[in-house]
Amino acid sequence: MVEVVVFAIAAVVILGGAVGVIFSRNTVHAALSLVATLFGIAVLFVAQEANFLAAVQVIVYAGAIVVLFLFVIMLLGVDRDEDIDAEPLVGQRPAAYALGVLMAAGLVAVVTTSTVTGVPSFAARWVRDGDDVSQIGRLLFTDYVFAMEITSLLLVIAVVGAVIMARTRPGPQIDADEVVPVLPGDHVDHDDEADEADADDEVDAS
Amino acid sequence: MAQLLALDPLLAGDVDLAVVLIVLLKTVIAFTLLLVSVLFMVWFERKAIGDLQNRIGPNRAGPFGLFQTVADGLKFFMKEDSLPDRADRRIFVLAPYLTAVPAFLVFAVIPIGGDFSGDNRGVIRIFGHDTLMQLADPPIGVLLILAMSSVAVYGIMLAGWSSGSKYPLLGSVRASAQMVSYEAALGLSVVAVVLTAGSLGTNAIVASQSTWSWNLWVTGLVPFVIFVIAGTAELNRPPFDLVEAEQELVGGFNTEYSAFRFALFFLAEFMNTVTMSAIIVTLFLGGPSGPVLFGPGWLWGTVWFSVKLFGFLFMFVWFRATLPRVRYDQLMDLGWKILIPLALGWLLILAGRQVGADAGWNPVVVPLVGVVGLAAVFGMIALALRAATRLRALDEEVGV
Repeated sequence: MVEVVVFAIAAVVILGGAVGVIFSRNTVHAALSLVATLFGIAVLFVAQEANFLAAVQVIVYAGAIVVLFLFVIMLLGVDRDEDIDAEPLVGQRPAAYALGVLMAAGLVAVVTTSTVTGVPSFAARWVRDGDDVSQIGRLLFTDYVFAMEITSLLLVIAVVGAVIMARTRPGPQIDADEVVPVLPGDHVDHDDEADEADADDEVDAS
Repeated sequence: MAQLLALDPLLAGDVDLAVVLIVLLKTVIAFTLLLVSVLFMVWFERKAIGDLQNRIGPNRAGPFGLFQTVADGLKFFMKEDSLPDRADRRIFVLAPYLTAVPAFLVFAVIPIGGDFSGDNRGVIRIFGHDTLMQLADPPIGVLLILAMSSVAVYGIMLAGWSSGSKYPLLGSVRASAQMVSYEAALGLSVVAVVLTAGSLGTNAIVASQSTWSWNLWVTGLVPFVIFVIAGTAELNRPPFDLVEAEQELVGGFNTEYSAFRFALFFLAEFMNTVTMSAIIVTLFLGGPSGPVLFGPGWLWGTVWFSVKLFGFLFMFVWFRATLPRVRYDQLMDLGWKILIPLALGWLLILAGRQVGADAGWNPVVVPLVGVVGLAAVFGMIALALRAATRLRALDEEVGV
């Protein structure tokens, strides 16, 4: 009984959040709806006695990833209401509708035709009523240690890549008034003599 | 489900009216206790800072000005609640609650009393039921604390953004950058405690520290220092209060807030100070554990907990009265370049000690080898960095 009630409330929150993500015109509202969805999923994890997964869900997804989303949204200033009538890619809207209907049909077909057998999965040896933290830890550091190490390597590569891309090259300070090329090789208009002289100086210096 | 929602694992199974009443009673007590301690904390901070700055502080409302906070709170309720023109209304209204609710939820997992001497695990009997003197003891207690502190970022971030004004936005961007970076150091120093205690539950962590084996010295002081520094930054309290640096940002993220909504931010800030002190006491100073001198043991648990808590509350006030605010780049350097590597290195040494203890190796040699190994790695990285800097300078000189 309790499980059904919890599931119903969590489902409403999850679906409401998901609908909000799609239909919000404001990107910040959409990101917050995503948080609601992630919280609902965390509640469902708790209902399945996967306490550790629930906590990680909140810490990683709701606490870190969506915060980064919001950061990007706020810093890039895309937090205005988007004009969603313009279509940058011709025909993407009908294609999306068609794919969505196809997916929904597939999901309904799977749910209606299959039966729940209750057989536990082969991959995870899960002891019900056991301490889930130590079970996950033991599996991660024995059976799946290779996958975990590969994932951490991937993260290290991503961090190193980000540092290299964010590194500023030493060189003359960019003046706020000066026109700078956006890409290497861009033509830069210098509209007065002083700028010409500056540019010449720079060529000499290098 | 039963583990997390049956607010007390000892009560899972036979839930009757008494159990529900006990849980309700504990909720009311925890909530009232936190609110009263916030009232007291606001008065205490103003009074103590007054003393430290050689002035009197509030002394008009009630004896020693004790009712000053109540008077201020009433004033907040009476004031007009203004909503800026360019504000994003829904989020502007929502943001204060997003800071206040996590602040309270953290307090739910803190053991505030109980007898932890000997083999007792803080269990008390009430109406013929065994229970703990904490609202809930989920098996993931420490993770819940970390999760709530990462959710608290939202309130500040959205408050600044939804105000539709530049100073709050700057304040909130600073705040979220600061809180996200210091969460890493905070989490890493908590891992050291979890490693020593062997559990994530707050009750088990306190129980593992009874008979004076406090994590403060069992983990070797470094995680404690890191946790206090990172905790201060997480609270946005001085010397890390760049979020509301009034000389630069007017009032920071809450500039546009007034009346009840501002009161909620104010409340959340002081609630967080109290709960952060309580977390430090729980993780590093053995929570309510301490000697039972006479009379009932559970009473002494609360006494010891309050004494330790008060020490840290005073520490935070003392920080504010003594230390000048750090610059923003100093704040980021301290967090990323000193605290996180230090916490990581110390965690490796502690893990090595744990493995050594399991395998029966010499308890002195293992940490020593660990320190030497880490020092060698650090030296190599420093050498590589210096070589890279020199090469780059050379490149510039030659003009390649």
